[in-house]
Amino acid sequence: MSTATAIGVDVGSTTFKAVICDGTGRILDHLIEPTRPQMEQQAREGIALLVERLGCDPALPISATGYGRKRIPSARQLTEITCHALGAFHLTGRPGLLVDMGGQDTKVVRFGSRGEVLDFAMNDKCAAGTGRFLEVILHRLCVPLTSVAELASKAERPVTVSSTCTVFAESEVVSLVAQGEPVEGIVFGLHRALASRVAALVAPLAVKEPLLMSGGVALNQAMVRALEHALGNRIAVLPRPQLVGALGAALAVRNSQ
Amino acid sequence: MLRRVRYELAGRVAFPLLNALSSWQRQLKRRGRKPRANPFGPPLDCVRKLRELMTAHYYVGRYAQGAVPVAWVTSGFPIEPLRALGFHIVYPENHSALCSAQHAAIDLLQAAEQEGFSGDLCSYARIDLGSALTGITPVGRLPRPDLLACCTNICRTVSYWYKNLASHFDVPVVMVDTPFVYGEAEPHHLSYIEEQLGELIEVAERIAGRRIDPERLERTMRAAWEGLVLWGECLQAGKAVPAPWTAIDGFFHMAPIVTLRGSEQCNSYYRMLRDELSDRVTRGIGGIKEERHRLLWDNLPIWHKLRKLSTLFAERGFNFVVATYTNAWAEAADLIDPAKPLESSAKAYTYVILNRDLEHRLASLKQLAQEYRADGAVLHSNRSCKPYSIGQVDLRSRLAQDLELRVLLLEADHSDPRLYTDEQIDNRIQAFLESFS
Ligand code: SF4
Repeated sequence: MSTATAIGVDVGSTTFKAVICDGTGRILDHLIEPTRPQMEQQAREGIALLVERLGCDPALPISATGYGRKRIPSARQLTEITCHALGAFHLTGRPGLLVDMGGQDTKVVRFGSRGEVLDFAMNDKCAAGTGRFLEVILHRLCVPLTSVAELASKAERPVTVSSTCTVFAESEVVSLVAQGEPVEGIVFGLHRALASRVAALVAPLAVKEPLLMSGGVALNQAMVRALEHALGNRIAVLPRPQLVGALGAALAVRNSQ
Repeated sequence: MLRRVRYELAGRVAFPLLNALSSWQRQLKRRGRKPRANPFGPPLDCVRKLRELMTAHYYVGRYAQGAVPVAWVTSGFPIEPLRALGFHIVYPENHSALCSAQHAAIDLLQAAEQEGFSGDLCSYARIDLGSALTGITPVGRLPRPDLLACCTNICRTVSYWYKNLASHFDVPVVMVDTPFVYGEAEPHHLSYIEEQLGELIEVAERIAGRRIDPERLERTMRAAWEGLVLWGECLQAGKAVPAPWTAIDGFFHMAPIVTLRGSEQCNSYYRMLRDELSDRVTRGIGGIKEERHRLLWDNLPIWHKLRKLSTLFAERGFNFVVATYTNAWAEAADLIDPAKPLESSAKAYTYVILNRDLEHRLASLKQLAQEYRADGAVLHSNRSCKPYSIGQVDLRSRLAQDLELRVLLLEADHSDPRLYTDEQIDNRIQAFLESFS
């Protein structure tokens, strides 16, 4: 029998994440898969799988976060903002400013010395500034996500992509290709454009605290570097960046007990 | 003459009868129905009176055309000379808010947009233009204007909006231009405004077909001043803990000070409201059942979502106890001197919140937050109202830094429901509320 004490679920718009933690907040097992329309069923199955793999008590307390949290009525529900702050604080042990870049939104959360949210900002109305922006345009350029960082690092200079709207940027990129601009330069330029959008969200909140990053986009080194360039500051990518929200949810269960 | 009689009878006889009938019908409907559970305190008795007052205003308006001169004016217009000349005064902004609150805005917005008005134009203007173009209104009928009167103390949009109305209705438009106030107004700005008020009177006298009676103007001015003082007293009741009402209630109860300012009806209403609020304070009755946190609201309300939003906050023990918007109608009282109607109007109508610099906005936000003991603030970043929303990012940081307030910037639109995204706004609000625990 494991020492599992809580389950955290993060039902994002693009990916579904679940973690099982022990009493110290260590992740014992986790799950990451694309979000399905039947979120409730997905959560039930995902949780059952983790419980079975670890052989732990099926009645463990559950907390849910993410846009789909309301579809999991049996769980305690909390926003991603609160959970990301809790998760990031647990991983670093000190106050910080977290940039969480996911598929459909980007959040910036400033948290204090107890992991409490001090301030936050979100870009959730527009695809510009999110992972989706990159995905759409890289798809247009036939660049697989896995080779983005390498490609961008080969560029001699970034090609300026001025549109911040995904729809306009897509057609701008098509015409840049037609003008013979190198794909690596365009990819580099895209990251710069995206980073400057995110930097605008970070700037009003930025203080002395260390800059941290989480979310699926944090796995893209080119994006991390572009953001460091835009902010003029080093960024620490949290370990297993996609799981920070789910971890925070599991910790919230622990805190409430 | 006949129209005049009909106009007078509408207010004195027909409306009271219809009102008695409809309140009897409402009572019958309510009988046996259990009140729905909600997080609010007992409703204010004055609500019924407010409904009567505003319905009567719109009802009588149906018969104003041809009976008395009619002016359509902006919310911050110096209306006292018009009232003293016997004008029936229509407030398109109030009408647009009403359309939005009654979920009747979308067709009107679209009608204006189809006519070529940009979606970036203030939604009050689009609803009003849509209503003028189609004749559709939930109040039955708005009287056609004989005069359009706008004042730039709230924004510049109004000058273009009213020019469009003027060409649509083919009637004169007067504009009172109030230079923006950085710090203090220059003396020549004030004399420039006073001169324009003189010109306004000339045009209005021509339309009304009579000369203004200085004594009546002074009486109107005194009544307006008293109304502002009374409204201020009502708002200040919100300083009590728990606050006896919510700023959301205030958004509705401000209708008379906007539309009936300078009349005895307005003042007697606010005397009643003030007394009821002070009685609630004495008895410890709150606007919401459990007030755990007190919040400040900045910018116009989101008319089409007021009930939903206030419930969301109230359910978790958050009460909006003060709003810069409702306060704007109480601020001017000190500047008005009824004995010098034009001179003091020039100043009072220039020193309004939207016509003053960001330093003033910040100082006023801070003062309100402190006086009303707010521990958080929601700044509505209003897509429509650029003058109110510009600078809010800085105001937010300063409030957070200087007063350690928790501040939420909420992006929406005061009366265009298509610019409101339920899921995202709910999520932000919930994250904001969670940050208090
Ligand atoms: S822009 Fe603002 S001040 Fe101007 S009419 Fe619209 S809501 Fe009122």
